Amino acid sequence: MAEIGLERVTKVFKDGTEAVHSLDLQVPDGNLIVLVGPSGCGKTTVLRMVAGLEDLTDGRIVIGGRVVNEVPPGDRDVAMVFQNYALYPHMTVYQNMALSLKIRKLRRDEMNRRVHEAARVLHLEDLLAKRPRELSGGQRQRVAMGRAIVREPQAFLMDEPLSNLDAKLRVQMRAEILRIQKDLQVTTIYVTHDQTEAMTLGDLVAVMKRGVLQQVATPQELYAHPTNLFVGGFIGSPAMNLVQATLENTHGETFVEFGGWRLRVPPEVVAARPALAAFAGRNLIVGIRPEDMEDAALVPGSDPDTRFPVVVDLREGMGSDVYLHFSIAAPPVFTEDTRELASDVDEKALEDLKERASERRTPFIARVGPETRAQVGGSHEIHADTRKLYFFDPADGRSIYQDPSATPRGVEPSLIV
Amino acid sequence: MKMIEAPERIESPPEVAPRNAVLRYRVRRISYKIFVYLLLLGLCSLILLPVAWMLTAALKPDLEPVFTPTPEWFPTKFWHWENFRRVLTESMPFLRYMINTMIIVVGNILGVLLSCSLVGFAFARLRFRGSKVLFYILIVTMLIPWQALMVPQFLFFVKLGWYGTYLPLIVPSFGGTAFFIFLIRQYMRTIPKDLDDAARVDGLNTWQIFWRIILPLSTPVLTVCAVFTFLASWNNLLGPLIYLDSDEKFTVAIGLANLVTRADTPWNLTMAANLVTILPTVIVYFFVQKKLIGGIASVGLKG
Repeated sequence: MAEIGLERVTKVFKDGTEAVHSLDLQVPDGNLIVLVGPSGCGKTTVLRMVAGLEDLTDGRIVIGGRVVNEVPPGDRDVAMVFQNYALYPHMTVYQNMALSLKIRKLRRDEMNRRVHEAARVLHLEDLLAKRPRELSGGQRQRVAMGRAIVREPQAFLMDEPLSNLDAKLRVQMRAEILRIQKDLQVTTIYVTHDQTEAMTLGDLVAVMKRGVLQQVATPQELYAHPTNLFVGGFIGSPAMNLVQATLENTHGETFVEFGGWRLRVPPEVVAARPALAAFAGRNLIVGIRPEDMEDAALVPGSDPDTRFPVVVDLREGMGSDVYLHFSIAAPPVFTEDTRELASDVDEKALEDLKERASERRTPFIARVGPETRAQVGGSHEIHADTRKLYFFDPADGRSIYQDPSATPRGVEPSLIV
Repeated sequence: MKMIEAPERIESPPEVAPRNAVLRYRVRRISYKIFVYLLLLGLCSLILLPVAWMLTAALKPDLEPVFTPTPEWFPTKFWHWENFRRVLTESMPFLRYMINTMIIVVGNILGVLLSCSLVGFAFARLRFRGSKVLFYILIVTMLIPWQALMVPQFLFFVKLGWYGTYLPLIVPSFGGTAFFIFLIRQYMRTIPKDLDDAARVDGLNTWQIFWRIILPLSTPVLTVCAVFTFLASWNNLLGPLIYLDSDEKFTVAIGLANLVTRADTPWNLTMAANLVTILPTVIVYFFVQKKLIGGIASVGLKG
């Protein structure tokens, strides 16, 4: 059990690419921190540096008060779970779990006790004599966990441990990992590109983009107060709707205008964001989460200035809610951040974004109640919860909060690109 | 109404059509199998027939003609099993030859496995300065024919005082063989790199990774190397002929060559000796065939 500290950690690969840029991160003892970000953002490199599998170009890594920059992986007292499990194919489950203890010349009875204890926790008792190829994906995953647990290490390092499992098993193993981590109270760094996994598992979540840490915060804080456009767009599923808008001040009231519609911004929202005043009459980026919208027919008596009519393109029934897809006649947000977010989905999403930018059409998704009568092709009114709007500065993508210099906790201004 | 009609139409065909189809399918599968078995049996006898002829010849008494106008494929008249005893111990010391050859074979296999697996591991898994250049040099050495090295090598070993001993036939294999190093390197490169990482985090050093992880996982390719080495040194005639000088040190290859003379070759004994010499190869194949076939397939080699 130990605190893990990363100080100004930088990694430049031989070919000159900077995978990690001056990263500062403190993982409190016993916490589970999730490193999350699109592929290629450097999160796995960070993990490998903590494990000792990758050298640091600059900075320090401290585990339990000891600088480990020069300590070989086996002596760092950390255990790692790999994406493809990396089980030794020629060894039985027992041997796989016992190898690290054998190398450390642990007494045989102690070794036996630890392996059987881990096997009991992970329901692997009946499989100890089997080889990895005889196991299912979920069982292999558990053996990989067991190999980490028997070490009783100061920290667990997990590199997308669930990404090779099917969706149902992933949810189950996610709960399992959380349970084990809470039981053992072992400091854990967990890498994933799946924001749902990040939100459900992490005591703290660290969002990375292109080797730069964007924000470290609790999942709730990250959701409610994203530090910039990238974090706002990355956290949440379906993703936050972003649109270019203008801010208007008329008769002491504030409105955002986009695509020919205007929404009244409640006074308390304006009051909580003094910096917003500076954007009056100017462009800014407005974010609305799908879950903060509703079929206007299901919110009787709502302020007309929170509603706007749309033509539904697609209706996805999820049982508990209905996702309505529609377009807003306003240019989509096309910045480096949104490009990064789109290219994380796939190549086509990026192409779509470019196409829509030229057509000045922004796709929106609203998550509305299952009672909605909205049909594809039909015009329908949507209500937006204007108390939960997000505002971003189009110049640098930063969230607009109290005043231009202040940023939400957990992030240093210098870290924002 | 339509809803009711439809199922009726579906129900009637299963009574007749599938039964026919099943029957046709079975007939076709059985006749295919018969064809395959006959073909394989034919090919098999083609290969085994000469061996049967050898046995026929080996069981004949001295001076009985071996090359009859119509070949005698199977032993019918003569059953002189003592020819085998004669060739092994009495008139020819083939038992001695076999033991000698075994010494060389085992030494060679040990040498090849030890040196080639270590060098192959280094080329496949370790990053070090000049590794690529060294590897290319190694590959180039495969182009040099052994015949070109024969004389200088002979002089070298004579100067060392190794003439007339097994050392020149065993020791060089401890220096590695380019071809086997190449094979092992290619195979080890296919083992996932994550295993090394996992092992390192588990606390294994490079030597332990080699010994506990990579080597056990390389058994298919090591089997291929061992079997190829076995065959090469078991059949090697020129090497032992150059370096060995006395009858009690000779190998089976020399023994067989010596049996055939310009006139009056004792064919019955020669064939008995040949059969005896084949035996270890067959036994080795019998035991390693599963690993060997898997290994040859995995390294992309054809026997």
